[in-house]
Amino acid sequence: MLQVTGLHKSFTDPKQRTTSHVLRGVDLTVEPGQFVCLIGHSGCGKSTMLNIMGGLLAADRGQVTLDGKAVTGPGPDRAMVFQGYSLLPRLSLLANVREAARAARPNRTAADNDAVVERYLRAVGLWEAKDKKPSQVSGGMAQRAAVARAFAVQPRVLLLDEPFGALDALTRRKLQAELMDLWQHEEVETEMVVMVTHGIEEAVSLADQIVVLGNPPGPSVVSVMDVDLPRPRIQLEGAQGIAHRAAQQQLLGYLEIPAA
Amino acid sequence: MTIAQESPVRIPRPRFGGRPGRGRDLARTVGWAGLGAAAALAVWQVGAAATALPSPVEGLRQLGTLLWYPFYDLGPNDKGIARQLGISLQRVGIGFFLAALVGIPLGLLVGASRRAWMAINPVVQMLRPVSPLAWFPIWLVVFRDNSQAAILVIFMTALWPTVLNTAAGAGSIPEDQRRVAAVFRFGRLAYLRHILVPNALPSIVTGLRLSMGIAWMVIVAVEMLSSGTGIGFFVWNSYNADDMPSVLASVLIIGAVGLLLDFAFLRLARSVSLEGVA
Repeated sequence: MLQVTGLHKSFTDPKQRTTSHVLRGVDLTVEPGQFVCLIGHSGCGKSTMLNIMGGLLAADRGQVTLDGKAVTGPGPDRAMVFQGYSLLPRLSLLANVREAARAARPNRTAADNDAVVERYLRAVGLWEAKDKKPSQVSGGMAQRAAVARAFAVQPRVLLLDEPFGALDALTRRKLQAELMDLWQHEEVETEMVVMVTHGIEEAVSLADQIVVLGNPPGPSVVSVMDVDLPRPRIQLEGAQGIAHRAAQQQLLGYLEIPAA
Repeated sequence: MTIAQESPVRIPRPRFGGRPGRGRDLARTVGWAGLGAAAALAVWQVGAAATALPSPVEGLRQLGTLLWYPFYDLGPNDKGIARQLGISLQRVGIGFFLAALVGIPLGLLVGASRRAWMAINPVVQMLRPVSPLAWFPIWLVVFRDNSQAAILVIFMTALWPTVLNTAAGAGSIPEDQRRVAAVFRFGRLAYLRHILVPNALPSIVTGLRLSMGIAWMVIVAVEMLSSGTGIGFFVWNSYNADDMPSVLASVLIIGAVGLLLDFAFLRLARSVSLEGVA
């Protein structure tokens, strides 16, 4: 269980002498088997929160615990995927995944590591392209490699920071479905996913729970919305389809965006 | 039908490169270069006529003579031009190699560590503007050997550009790569191997290229000051023997060798650039 309690974080701009209080007492619980989306307008602190969960940033107050253990820095129980892929440009896709997994899991034997790496590169359909450099593949393939890299660490929690934001709509759809398949695969060790997004459709099609974050000075958590619809949610019909659309409308309301 | 034909604005054809008329481009390149060279020779001719310097014809004839007997060896004061060049290149090579050996790790350290930067940067900035020749008497006292002192002067020459460029490269690791290193908990060795060195590599090669350029200039001066061998000594010795055609011929040879060295490093720089990865 991933638990966030009373999280506060401020950033000070020393030049303009302004302080923005981005996280103002956030509580959140992610149960094993849950897919949670953080959604909100720019500046609401959703990426900040993800970075604190990942251990890249320290909170001013409050804490993040994973299975009761406080998060104090990055660790192999959590892996991240970023919007900009963040692959190392001189390494092949294979080497990117292999070296990251090896660094995060130093106790694995080389053979074990290679097996896990191959499994996930195959799972995202990149095994044939494994020797290519990041600059030689499309954005969708690069992000698949970044997803494989995160899964190959075999983390308990996967943290995704707008992972599909830079992709075109068709590729995004495909990668969303692939991510869902991968996560729901029974042999996959990753139990929890926290994903930052600004896509309403994306949040409603993927998440079990959507946390709507608001900008200062209001409360940090505007609403927590459960999405209890069967997967896959591509073409839901009848009452389920209506519920799916209703969920999107509801989310639009929380974000104070007028419906088209 | 293309947009360019419809457009009221005439888009000029690119002047350099491009596919059409490569033969003409080559002819143009050679033509203009020839014109420049002819102008330089004309200046030389006029200058020689007005002074005691030998004319281009005398200089080029001497160049031919020097290149015709490159390897003769009649004792320490009289060697073929290739032998003198070899001696100079060897000194530059050793000094340059030592500078790379010290300068690259030092630059990586300075670039990666704020504290190392604060400690080392003032010393480097203080010593960098000092003419490398000022080190010559110091190394002469230390080694009591002209040739070794000359090598150490080259070492000092090549050290600073190598350190500073390596540090600049190592100090500008993209934010996303640092984040990858943090999230996946890269150890020191993995960080060095997969992030620090690959990112610094183009700057390292730039530093080496600059170092080599300056080292090749400085070796001539050091050898004029000191030793009984090397291309710099050859220039000075020719002057003392009132053999000005040899001096002018040497200038051309030194320039050509410098050009070749620079070209080699330019090739190296292209091969390690990030664009070369794709």
